[in-house]
Amino acid sequence: MTAPILKPLPLCLLAVALWGLIGLAGLLRPRSHRLAGALYPLGAACALLLAAAAARALALPLAPERAVLPVGLPDLPVHLRLDALAAGFLVLLGAAAAGISVFAAGYFGPHAPPGAASGAARAPQGTPPGLLCLQYHLFLASMALVFLADDAYAFMLAWEVMALSSYFLVTAEHGSASIRAAGFLYLLMAHVGALSILLAFGVMQGGTWRFTFDAMRGAHLAAWPASVAFLLALAGFGAKAGLVPLHVWLPEAHPAAPSPVSALMSGVMLKTAVYGMLRVSFDLLQASTWWWGLVPLTLGLLSALYGVVFAAVQTDMKRLLAWSSIENIGIIFTALGLALVFRGAGLPAAAALALVALLYHCLNHACMKSLVFLGTGAVLHATGERSLARLGGLIHRMPQVAWLTLVGALALAGLPPLNGFVSEWLLLQSFLFAHSVPHTFVNMLLPLGAGLIALAAALAAYVMVKFFGVVFLGRPRDAVAAQAHEAGPAERLGLAWLAALCLVLGVLPSAVIGVLDLIVHQLAGVALQGSQSRWWLLAPVPGRAASYSAVVMLAALAGVTLLTVLATRTAARPVRRARAWACGGTEPTARMQDTAEGFGQPIRHLFSDFFSITVEAPGPSDREPRYRVHVADRLWERLYLPAGSAVQRAADRLAFLQQGRIAAYLLYSFLTLVMLLALVL
Amino acid sequence: MSAFDIATQLTQTVAALLLAPLFTGFMNQCRAWLQNRRAPALLVPAWNLRKLFARQPVVATGASPLFRAAPYAVFGAMVAAAAIIPILGTGLPFGTAADAIALIGLFATARVFVCLAAMDIGTAFGTLGARREMMLGFLAEPALLMIVFVASLISSSTGLPAITENLATRTLGLYPSLAFTAVAFTMVTLAENARIPIDNPATHLELTMVHEAMLLEYSGRHLALMEWAAALKLFNFACIGIALFAPWGLATAGSGPLALIASVPVLLVKLAAVAAGLSLIEALSAKLRVFRAPEFLAAAFLLAVLGLLVRVLLGA
Amino acid sequence: MSAMPFDLQLADLCAALLLLLSFAMLTQRRIVSLVNFLALQGLLLAVATLLMAERTGQSHLYVSALLTLVLKALFLPWLLRRLIDRLQVYWDSETLLNVPAMLLAGVLIVVFAFGLAQPISALASTATRSSIGIAVAVVLLSFFSMIMRRKAMSQVVGFLSMENGLFFGAMSATYGMPMMVELGVALDVLVAVLVLGVFFFQIREQFDSLDLHHLESLRERNATGPGPGPEPGEDG
Repeated sequence: MTAPILKPLPLCLLAVALWGLIGLAGLLRPRSHRLAGALYPLGAACALLLAAAAARALALPLAPERAVLPVGLPDLPVHLRLDALAAGFLVLLGAAAAGISVFAAGYFGPHAPPGAASGAARAPQGTPPGLLCLQYHLFLASMALVFLADDAYAFMLAWEVMALSSYFLVTAEHGSASIRAAGFLYLLMAHVGALSILLAFGVMQGGTWRFTFDAMRGAHLAAWPASVAFLLALAGFGAKAGLVPLHVWLPEAHPAAPSPVSALMSGVMLKTAVYGMLRVSFDLLQASTWWWGLVPLTLGLLSALYGVVFAAVQTDMKRLLAWSSIENIGIIFTALGLALVFRGAGLPAAAALALVALLYHCLNHACMKSLVFLGTGAVLHATGERSLARLGGLIHRMPQVAWLTLVGALALAGLPPLNGFVSEWLLLQSFLFAHSVPHTFVNMLLPLGAGLIALAAALAAYVMVKFFGVVFLGRPRDAVAAQAHEAGPAERLGLAWLAALCLVLGVLPSAVIGVLDLIVHQLAGVALQGSQSRWWLLAPVPGRAASYSAVVMLAALAGVTLLTVLATRTAARPVRRARAWACGGTEPTARMQDTAEGFGQPIRHLFSDFFSITVEAPGPSDREPRYRVHVADRLWERLYLPAGSAVQRAADRLAFLQQGRIAAYLLYSFLTLVMLLALVL
Repeated sequence: MSAFDIATQLTQTVAALLLAPLFTGFMNQCRAWLQNRRAPALLVPAWNLRKLFARQPVVATGASPLFRAAPYAVFGAMVAAAAIIPILGTGLPFGTAADAIALIGLFATARVFVCLAAMDIGTAFGTLGARREMMLGFLAEPALLMIVFVASLISSSTGLPAITENLATRTLGLYPSLAFTAVAFTMVTLAENARIPIDNPATHLELTMVHEAMLLEYSGRHLALMEWAAALKLFNFACIGIALFAPWGLATAGSGPLALIASVPVLLVKLAAVAAGLSLIEALSAKLRVFRAPEFLAAAFLLAVLGLLVRVLLGA
Repeated sequence: MSAMPFDLQLADLCAALLLLLSFAMLTQRRIVSLVNFLALQGLLLAVATLLMAERTGQSHLYVSALLTLVLKALFLPWLLRRLIDRLQVYWDSETLLNVPAMLLAGVLIVVFAFGLAQPISALASTATRSSIGIAVAVVLLSFFSMIMRRKAMSQVVGFLSMENGLFFGAMSATYGMPMMVELGVALDVLVAVLVLGVFFFQIREQFDSLDLHHLESLRERNATGPGPGPEPGEDG
């Protein structure tokens, strides 16, 4: 038998501990970029170790491993468990973090690229690189512990460390007031969510007052407490995931953070919330009422549409990607809702398919979104610009970064044969089971949901064309874009790793689904049965002739394209270069192409009810005419500002308690003591 | 996968390549007859392609490799789509590689590449056309998906050959859900292929162009490939419509070469009818303002949803 | 698909076209087109009644079909067109919601109606009981369009369309109402249209327009609306 140290759970814990050590090593010389730059590749190696260990756990058909650490509360030590669900998400964390850490070695590292404007990593009032290294690796370690936790205390501890370390990472450039405000909003929403999750755990212990997950699995709750726990968990995890209407922190925090951190947050941290939701609804709350699925389904559809519509009108490239993350989280929660509806309606095979679509989309999003965020990081590092109004034409200056980011953008647009298409295909196939659901309104409204998902997916293609076209194609709109340089080797390696992952996930879906099937088997109790998939063909639904083969499609596309190239270029005339035609007008300048606002104008026009738009238009007597359009979130004005002022008013009412006299405070303590004595004795 | 199936696949793909310019030519002829003009010859689009292939392509100095690769990628995507649709027969080996949803994805890929290449040069018209084309695309895709949904509900499959075989063997009758879906599909065809009432394929005013504006910078063999791809797209849509709503006469898997040969004149008759119908609709409509196009496509989506609901309720 | 008898297929087609027409009437702004759609609805109802008569052999349904054809497809639309010509109101103003939103709301109403009608269909005993959902949908859609419209004429058309939907529902559920009830309802509708026609002239004289928001100025408290009106505070 294998030595105990080589079992998967100790290996995972070893990787986590090594991350902690690497972080602490950064404190030896806090201000040294060189040391920090050397530590990040070590972190990437640990991430690969973690991914390999978790993959091994998935491959071995053993019972879930457990461990109890001698730390924690006196009667509740830290329980850890490595089952299929945790292993799947650990693989996600390890694979994505490997690429991101390699990129971070170049981004936070020592080289000073000539001619670059002050990169985002070097603001004079920012966090020193060694401290940043500590926070980064603490962030990674805490996320791994969230996946491994097997009792409520360990879970909340890891959750809090994750929130705090990411707060410090978001406010890495705390010299800027807007970044501090974004960090504060993030921290606030994270704690509101954590409170809700804590309350959910409190309800789920079901009277046993024991907070291990095993106790919660055994406590069979009645219908109403279970529903309350489910909704509380949805609110808490939804706030962390960025589900509308609890999403306002995402478009602020993700752009404010340095790009590797944004990639980590968008790619992996949002998935911890999905993991939490899966753990609660499928593992801890065993019975499921049929209507539970409708809540995440509607919220997911709303988030998908809301996110992508807002993404299309952004003028800052990182905000655009942040809103796109909200859209993808919406799609993931739609799949979750669908799985719950099917499970409640007694269709386990359909639920299994929806869960496979969910897990696949989590994997895909981690790779695609991280890839694109890292691409923007490279652009930011080279030009110092985040605004789409000053970029353009970067495909000529940074070709490798551009082509690698193109892979990520096409994957986010959901185009075959890349990976984004596979998870959408699986989701749409699971929507086709809607007519078997016995409830009358639900089985008629679900196909409408499929139409909305298709709309969100097509809008995502719009957003990606805007993003890639404005940043990388066309002509440079500003001098900084015209003088950009190619990214460093570490950055390109990180991008290439993630692009390779996207390609593999897109071209070999059957292999991936074979692995995801194990996780689904644990969650829903039934695997995809009767699937006729081969390694090159995906046909997961028996009895329905629905199949997709990315390998064949890629081969066909490549083959036809190659044949066409050969057929048309043999004995053909060579290409001649000349000025752009532009209908015979004057030489096109950079100002004649679309701006980001211009490209988003059809969306602003069609979906004007979602936005609150303020327009600054020039008057006839303006000496310096300006045209500005500000697009703001209507939910901020309608929901958050009133809520904030209500809290403020309530706080003002209670201010009378703060008398300022010592006698009053002593009286409060006395009254509390009396009350407690009366209650206890 | 017999030799007959491979023969069907190859014959069908070659037939699509050859018939696509002829289909466009016949539509131009019908339109000319309806407008009381003398019609051009049927082979004019084919002669245009031949002329363009012989010319030297001129590429703008600011163009990246993406611009030069785009025509080949788009053409490849359209040919791959033609290989999946049951044009002459339903025993297609490629049919298992991609179902109807993947077909919609292929069209989306082609559209994205055309738009990216249009943004590459950085002219005002290219980016304007890209913006409008993506807008029409995101409105047409849900409608197309709903149409595919109705077809798959009726035949419990999403693979086009399976859907076609199922619909071809049904008893002849009036299916209101299919009728609504057929009207929706016609509307989506007009929108996706830049026909009136969404876009005028014969316009010369750049500010009114959607599809043509993205082709302004191409010349020589690049333009030939893009034009051929556009003709193939229209042909593909016509064949999808025929396969879904008038699927009789196709050579089913396993029937002999005689059935394959017999399916060709049937296809030609159906294509002629489709061309005449589309030209009639074009002649009777006026081009809509750009921001009325979403209402048009919303009506198409609505019809498809109504078809779905009628199917669920009436079972027809 | 089982081989349904041809007349039932035709009846299903009539039902589906009826639904489509009510959707078209939701967003149509040209009032003459609205009246034409109404006439088409009447024609479809007559055809459906005829098919029902053939299927069941009940003679009173033949009379009912003839009555529907004459009244709903010919006489009422002619009356309405005369009214339009005399009032010179050809175009409706914009609806309260924009077109895609109205279509989406219409779809939700149809889903609600279908869901509602399924248990009722299970209780009925006619061959066309599955069309009850369509009838309920037509009623609700016409009501919705009455709410969304501004001009009085389009609201009348919506009212008549609602009555068409009720007639269709009765026919698909119970093979038609007794003859006396039908004649009574037809007479009521006719009288209602005539009275409404008289009302329209009065409204037009008072407000110089048939836009119904002018009627909002008839309120208890002091109206801020423009135009002449009866004294606020009186029984306006």
